[in-house]
Amino acid sequence: MADLRELYQEVILEHSKAPRNYRELVAANHKAEGYNPLCGDHLTVYLVVEGDAIRDVSFQGSGCAISKASASMMTQTVKGKTRVQAGKLFDAFRQLVTGQANGVEAELGKLAVFSGVSEFPVRVKCATLAWHTLQAALEGQPEPVSTE
Amino acid sequence: MRTAAKLQQNESGVRHLHVVGKELDVEKVRRDFPILSREIHGKKLVYLDNAATSQKPKIVIEALSRYYEQGNANIHRGVHFLSEQATGEHEGARRTVQTFVNAADASEIVFVRGATEAINLVAQTYGRAQVRTGDEVLITAMEHHSNIVPWQILCEEKEAKLRVAPINDDGELLLDEFENLLGPRTKIVAVTHVSNALGTVNPVDQIVEMAHRRNIPVLIDGAQGVPHLKVDVQALDCDFYVFSGHKMYGPTGIGVLYGKSALLDGMPPYQGGGDMISSVTFEKTIYNKLPFKFEAGTPNVAGAIALGAAIEYLNGLGMDKIAEHEHELLAYATKLVSAVPGVRLIGTAEERAGVLSFVVEGIHPHDIGTILDQEGIAIRTGHHCAQPLMRRFHIPATARASFALYNTKEEVDTLADGIRKVQEVFA
Repeated sequence: MADLRELYQEVILEHSKAPRNYRELVAANHKAEGYNPLCGDHLTVYLVVEGDAIRDVSFQGSGCAISKASASMMTQTVKGKTRVQAGKLFDAFRQLVTGQANGVEAELGKLAVFSGVSEFPVRVKCATLAWHTLQAALEGQPEPVSTE
Repeated sequence: MRTAAKLQQNESGVRHLHVVGKELDVEKVRRDFPILSREIHGKKLVYLDNAATSQKPKIVIEALSRYYEQGNANIHRGVHFLSEQATGEHEGARRTVQTFVNAADASEIVFVRGATEAINLVAQTYGRAQVRTGDEVLITAMEHHSNIVPWQILCEEKEAKLRVAPINDDGELLLDEFENLLGPRTKIVAVTHVSNALGTVNPVDQIVEMAHRRNIPVLIDGAQGVPHLKVDVQALDCDFYVFSGHKMYGPTGIGVLYGKSALLDGMPPYQGGGDMISSVTFEKTIYNKLPFKFEAGTPNVAGAIALGAAIEYLNGLGMDKIAEHEHELLAYATKLVSAVPGVRLIGTAEERAGVLSFVVEGIHPHDIGTILDQEGIAIRTGHHCAQPLMRRFHIPATARASFALYNTKEEVDTLADGIRKVQEVFA
């Protein structure tokens, strides 16, 4: 059960039950859909991007606790960041959840609670789905992204 | 032959089999499956993912290694001892399958990779020859992707229509609606015997009768049927019946297409190559007789032999006893799991076999799967390759516990306790 508590930390459970920024952004000028065919997780990320800055961000969709909490906390983290900063955060986050973190925790702040995911390789895709979708939204990919 | 006689005696249909003699000795049976003594995350393995693939008894594992250690040779063409022996064993396995499903002739048993390949074979041969623009293929709303997509491919190519018979909220086929969908353009009906996601046992005998009244052939996807129910293809009178070896205690990569010889004879070949020919010139090839016409290339000899061993094992235990044990287990699990507050069963058909699909309020199935895994409990979570069915129930996924002959009531208790632990984590 020790590993489970690492994975399902209070913060993660709390975000999964009451996700932040969980709405459609009517003013969005970027949007993308993300899909994990393995488990059916599906979400949409909405962005208001001005110049280089992410002015506003939200998401909607269905998924497991890890994917929902990750999306929720991602929206909190990247709001107000530049594209480059968001990209760097994604890199650091990916390293964290795949167990290759090398002092990235500080950079990630609150997102460091996802470190427990690295013990559960099949859940990495759950944790990164929102980030992949964010990246697709920023790049303006017309097709839904898939974790596969 | 003793087995054959036993099968004949119980030819009362496919469902509601009665116990003859003693009950299944599950503790003894469990010792036949080496993997069941494994520990996972420090806990005793509770394997409840049998609808995905069943575990293998020692006798099957030994059949594979014995073949490769002592009997390996290519079949149907060698004059040397080993080739003849391997051919004999391979064809012996075919006869074992024939008897198991009570096919009229061994040549009606085509070895394939699995149920998926069997359905593709029928769609691409029978289907392509018979289905024309504007024709229809009828399936049900509870099909596995493997009994949807091959027909979609066919319908797209032929500009034909895929029709889908609806189900009710319990996950039962609406038989009247099904019958209404049988029309003059319906060229084939393809239905699952037992739903992999809900456990629903379809009234295949009535389905076949309704279709045959209109001269429409029926393919039954028996991947989840054969492991749990005694199947008699002649009593059913179905035209095609397909199943996979690995879901019935055999190895992966081997499966069966049963087809009535009259239909198989008229079908074009599926793949070209060695073994499926009787003579080849650059101008013309004459195809081999059944079933070899559909078995191009060196087949999965070891797999076929090991599938034969799996069937002998099942025959030894008795399909009626297995069905009775699993029926009892499923009834127990249904009662116990549905009594956990917050749990809702998906698929509550009156006739079910082997599968308990459920959702837990406020908790995604994927999370259930991860937490149960830490308890050593292996279940499947997700859409179970039945996305249209999930949409029908307005859910993205379910958690599915599926049972086999070696599962016990204690394991069901562990599952119910596990679900309560999942709820504790999320409390």
